[in-house]
Amino acid sequence: MSELLRLSGIRKSFGDREVLRGIDLAVAEGDVVALIGASGSGKSTLLRVVNLLEPIDDGQVLLGGEDISDPRVKPDPVRARIGVVFQHFNLFPHLSVLDNVTLASRHVLRRSRGDAERRALDLLERIGLAEHARSYPDRLSGGQQQRVAIVRAIATDPDLLLLDEVTSALDPELVGEVLELVRELARAGTTILMATHEMAFARDVADRVVFLDGGLVAEEGTPDEVFGSPREPRTREFLARVGGRTGLPPAAET
Amino acid sequence: MTAPAPAVPSELELGRRRYRRRQTARSVLVAAASTVVFALVVWLTLVNTPGWAAVQGTFFDPSVAARAWPRVFQGLLLNLTVLVFAAAGVLVVSIVIATLRTLRGPVFFPLRAIAAGYTDVFRGMPLIIVLYLVGFGIPGLGFTDERPPAAVLGTVALVLVYSAYVSEVFRAGIEAVHPSQRLAARSLGLSHAQSMRLVILPQAVRKVTPALMNDLVAMQKDVGLISVLGAVDAVRAAQIETAAAFNFTPYVLAGLLFVLLALPLIRLTDWYTARMRRREQMGAVV
Ligand SMILES: Nc1ncnc2c1ncn2[C@@H]1O[C@H](COP(=O)(O)OP(=O)(O)O)[C@@H](O)[C@H]1O
Ligand SMILES: [Mg+2]
Repeated sequence: MSELLRLSGIRKSFGDREVLRGIDLAVAEGDVVALIGASGSGKSTLLRVVNLLEPIDDGQVLLGGEDISDPRVKPDPVRARIGVVFQHFNLFPHLSVLDNVTLASRHVLRRSRGDAERRALDLLERIGLAEHARSYPDRLSGGQQQRVAIVRAIATDPDLLLLDEVTSALDPELVGEVLELVRELARAGTTILMATHEMAFARDVADRVVFLDGGLVAEEGTPDEVFGSPREPRTREFLARVGGRTGLPPAAET
Repeated sequence: MTAPAPAVPSELELGRRRYRRRQTARSVLVAAASTVVFALVVWLTLVNTPGWAAVQGTFFDPSVAARAWPRVFQGLLLNLTVLVFAAAGVLVVSIVIATLRTLRGPVFFPLRAIAAGYTDVFRGMPLIIVLYLVGFGIPGLGFTDERPPAAVLGTVALVLVYSAYVSEVFRAGIEAVHPSQRLAARSLGLSHAQSMRLVILPQAVRKVTPALMNDLVAMQKDVGLISVLGAVDAVRAAQIETAAAFNFTPYVLAGLLFVLLALPLIRLTDWYTARMRRREQMGAVV
């Protein structure tokens, strides 16, 4: 399979705190890559770097072979090729569900309203939320909102989907429906790079798992390798802390 | 399938409702009685003051009011027209200024500085001085052969002053929109301008609508100041009638008309604010 995304030597500091200290990472087309690591290890920062929302201090981001970290590259068209879902505050509260989903199609891709809405309704139908198309986000449960956010991110048919802990702000009983949608997208061949603390889910769905620690990729491999027989002591320690080795949900979040 | 039986209130609940009705009726009665007593006391005190007859004659003479009515009403229509144009002008100018002030990066420094200087100057300067400067300064520049109508010059002055205030209101609204909304918009590929227009400003406007309506009420009253430039609005008309009748009733008439003009706006503001509060209490985001 061809390589869709390659990060090499990514460095990023906030003030004198160096958060990313030379990250190398590749995502093949159609793969699901899970980023794991302690809170504050730089997972969100790395995802924002990929989406050009965060300027980097050094290194290179290649998307489909093109160097998108080159300052001559216009960021807006690149961002349109990458779908992003954050942890919270994803949806625009003043727009209906349908308008949320069609916003980028209409204003970035310049699709007609009719085309954009047909596609959006089709996607909403698939996640069982078509009847809420005209509702405003505040009428939806957290799980429904997050599913709409995911649908909004894929409505422009992006090459790559970035998910940043999309379930960590949800009530436990709403996590399942969101993970189920991610699982379906993964099955359908969507290329996904996701930061997650759902170890069981990562183990189940990801093709590759990347463990970030100390601003570097500390360990990377298939889920069986990383969760089953981690090479690095710090990986073992992290997994023991979050309960990942057993594949069970973490016993207690801090 | 049988439909579920309609909820029948229990004896206990019916008792509570009867009690609440009695309580409400009692409160209404007490309120009505105390209002009447209070009004009577004020009225009797007023009419028994030694100067009341003279004051009534000079300020509340119905026949003078009737004679002044056509002219004052004509003037009020001019106030209304100026208000509409000024409000539209303020809306446009203040949004532009507020947007300029949110631009980042050294390239935009001159624009930011101009916008900031503008708000500083016009928020500090009394409206009446701006009216004189615009009203007599702009014609002096000689853009046009004839002097522009006083009402137009007055509108310009009002727009200049009120845009400075309102742009600050908008800026506060823009800053009150959570930064992640901008991030979400940009991550979809929307440009800075598109994010502003489609995502940030609509939310900012909703947040500041009550404050904006309040400023509109303030402005509708300040519209009366254009009379200093010689525009024959309600205030100026009242002045003319007062001089003709040697009686201040036309001023009272004009004042009452201004209040009547403001009332719908004030009620609308109250209603909208209450509605926003209700939505927020329901856990709504907007
Ligand atoms: N905009 C920012 N300004 C300053 N520090 C930041 C900023 N964003 C993230 N950081 C810091 O960078 C580190 C990594 O944060 P983050 O990428 O959010 O980690 P994670 O998503 O893995 O929890 C944290 O110490 C955080 O405080
Ligand atoms: Mg994070």
